[in-house]
Amino acid sequence: MKLGYKIAVRFLKSNKGQTFLIILGIAIGVSVQIFIGSLIQGLQKSLIEKTIGNSPQISITADTDDKEITEFDEVYKKIKDNSDVIALAVASDHPAFLNLEDTSKSLLIRGFQLEDADVIYKFSENIVEGRVPENENEIILGIDLLEEYELQVGDVIEIINTNQKVQELKLVGSFDLKVASINQNWGIVPLGTAQTFFEVPDRITSFEIQVDSQRVFEADMISDELETIINRDELEFSNWKKQNEQLLSGLSGQSISSIMIQVFVMISVVLGIASVLAITVLQKSKQIGILKAMGIKNSTAGFVFLFEGTILGIFGAILGIALGLLLSVAFTKFALNPDGTPVIALYISQSFILLSGVIATLASMMAALIPAIRSSKLNPIDIIRNN
Amino acid sequence: MKQILELKNINKIYGTDIKTQVLYDINLSFEEGSFNSIIGQSGSGKSTLLNLIGTLDKPTSGEIRINDVAVSAMNQNQLAVLRNNTLGFVFQFHYLLPEFTALENVLMPYEIKHGKITKEIIKKAEDIMDLVGLKQVKNNLATKMSGGQQQRTAIARALINEPKIILADEPTGNLDSDSTETIYQLLRNINETYKTTFIIITHDRKIAEKADRIVEIKDGKINMDIRK
Repeated sequence: MKLGYKIAVRFLKSNKGQTFLIILGIAIGVSVQIFIGSLIQGLQKSLIEKTIGNSPQISITADTDDKEITEFDEVYKKIKDNSDVIALAVASDHPAFLNLEDTSKSLLIRGFQLEDADVIYKFSENIVEGRVPENENEIILGIDLLEEYELQVGDVIEIINTNQKVQELKLVGSFDLKVASINQNWGIVPLGTAQTFFEVPDRITSFEIQVDSQRVFEADMISDELETIINRDELEFSNWKKQNEQLLSGLSGQSISSIMIQVFVMISVVLGIASVLAITVLQKSKQIGILKAMGIKNSTAGFVFLFEGTILGIFGAILGIALGLLLSVAFTKFALNPDGTPVIALYISQSFILLSGVIATLASMMAALIPAIRSSKLNPIDIIRNN
Repeated sequence: MKQILELKNINKIYGTDIKTQVLYDINLSFEEGSFNSIIGQSGSGKSTLLNLIGTLDKPTSGEIRINDVAVSAMNQNQLAVLRNNTLGFVFQFHYLLPEFTALENVLMPYEIKHGKITKEIIKKAEDIMDLVGLKQVKNNLATKMSGGQQQRTAIARALINEPKIILADEPTGNLDSDSTETIYQLLRNINETYKTTFIIITHDRKIAEKADRIVEIKDGKINMDIRK
C-alpha cells in the first residue's frame, strides 16, 4: 500500500503539466457543481422567504357561521407554549367599505395587536410614509389604494360596516407589502378598534403563526400537533404548504433538475479522469512491467492507479471548492440589481460543499478503478519481450 | 553441488492460430553458485528460455523447478515473491524506472520486499553502488545517466536482495569493450563473493568463454553444453 502510494506520487510528480491539467479538469467540474448548487439553493431560499417570510405559515380560523373564535385566551396560551412557534398574532377581520365622496371601495379591515402582527407582516419595515397605528381609531392603508383614490397620510377617512354603521378613522400611514391585492384591499387597525366597530368584543377571527425558520417545511406537522393539543372541533387549521402546492411542486422540480445537472457534471468529470488515467496506464506500462519483474504484487500495481485517482480527486476537490466559492462571491458582487442587491442571494452551505468535495473524490477513485484493474492484469513479459 | 534450477522437457509454442515452436524438449539444470553463459544466434530461443526461468513467461509444457519447488504450482503472488527474493534480473535495455533516482531504483526490490527503507539498507545500497562504480551519480535520475551507468545501476538493483540466481540478458549488449570487461569482472566478483548463480545470455564469445559453462542454443534445441 505504502509503496503503491509512493510510486503514484512519483508518477504524478514526474509529469506535472499533465497532473495539473487533470486536477484543473476535476476542479472545474466541482466548482460548477458548487456554484449551481449554491445558486439553486439560494434561489429556493429567497423564493420561500419572499412567499412565506412575510405571512403566517399556519392560520387557525373558525369553521362556524359567523367565523368568530370565542374564549381564545386558552387557545392563545397553548399555541404560545409550543416551542416551534416564533410569532403569534390574533386578528379580527371584517369586510367594510371605504366611503369616498362619489364612490365607495370594499375593504378588508384587519384588527391586530400590532406589536405581535409586526413580527409576521413587518409593517413597520414596510411603511412608506407615516407610521404604524399606535392609538385606537387609527388606520394604515396600502400605497396602491392611496394612489388610486388620491388619499393623503393625515386624512380622516370614513368606513362603513355591513350594518351601515359609520366610523371615522385617521389615516396615519401607508404600507407596501409588495403584493398588489394586499396593497389595494387591506386596512390595518388596532384590534380594539375592529372589535368595537364591528361589535365583536372578546372575539377574534383568526390566529396567525410563524414557525422556526429551520422548520418551515414541517409547518403541516406542527399544525397537526397544535390541532391535537388545542382539540377544539370548530377550529380549522391550515398551513402554507397546503395553500402553495404549486410552489412546492415547482421547488421540487427545480431540485430534481439541479440534481440532474450535478449528476451529469459528475459523470463528465468521472469520464475525463477515467480516460486520462487509462492513457497514463499505457504511458507507464513499461514501469509497471519492470516493477512486476522485480516482484511487485498485482494488487500493489493496481493500488498505484487507485492512489493516483484519489490524490487527483482530493486536490481537484480542494481547488474546485476554492474556485466555486470564488465564482459564487464574484457572482454576488457583480451580478447586481439596480439597487445594488445581488440578483440572487447565493446560499453557501458548508455541508453541501463538503459533500460535493467528498463525491468528487469518491468519483475520482471510482474512475481510477478500471485503469487500476488494467494495471494489475498487465503481464510483464509483454513489456520485456517488446522492449 | 546442489542443483538450484532444473528444466525438464520444456517446450514453448507461441501463437494460437499460427503456431511457432521456439523451444523443443529442453532439459537443463544449473548448479548453485555456478557462472553460466547461454549463447546462440538471435531468434534461437535463448531469451525465451531466460524469461521462462525468470517466471515472467510460462512454458507450453514441461516443468521448471527453482530451489526444488515447481514454478507451475505457484500462484501470481507467490511468483511475485519468488521473483523478488530469489531472482535478480539484468536486462539488455536496463529497464530502470525513469521517475526515480539511481539509488531509489537500486532500493526498489528491497522496498517491494520489506515495505520500508532502513538506514542500514541505504548504506548497503551505497556500498553496492560504490562496488559497481556509481558513487558519483547515485542521486541522478535514471534518465540522467550514461548507458553504462544505467546498466550498472540495473546490476546493483539485481543484487540488493541478495538473490540466489541472477539472470542477465545481454548485460553488456550495448556497451563498449572496456565497459563490457568491467561489467564482466563485476559479475564474476559477485559470483565469487556471494556464491550467486549467474545465467548470462551473451553473443560475445569472449565473455562466454570466461564462464564456467557454455550452453549453446540453436533452433530451440541445445546444440552444445561445455563445462570447464
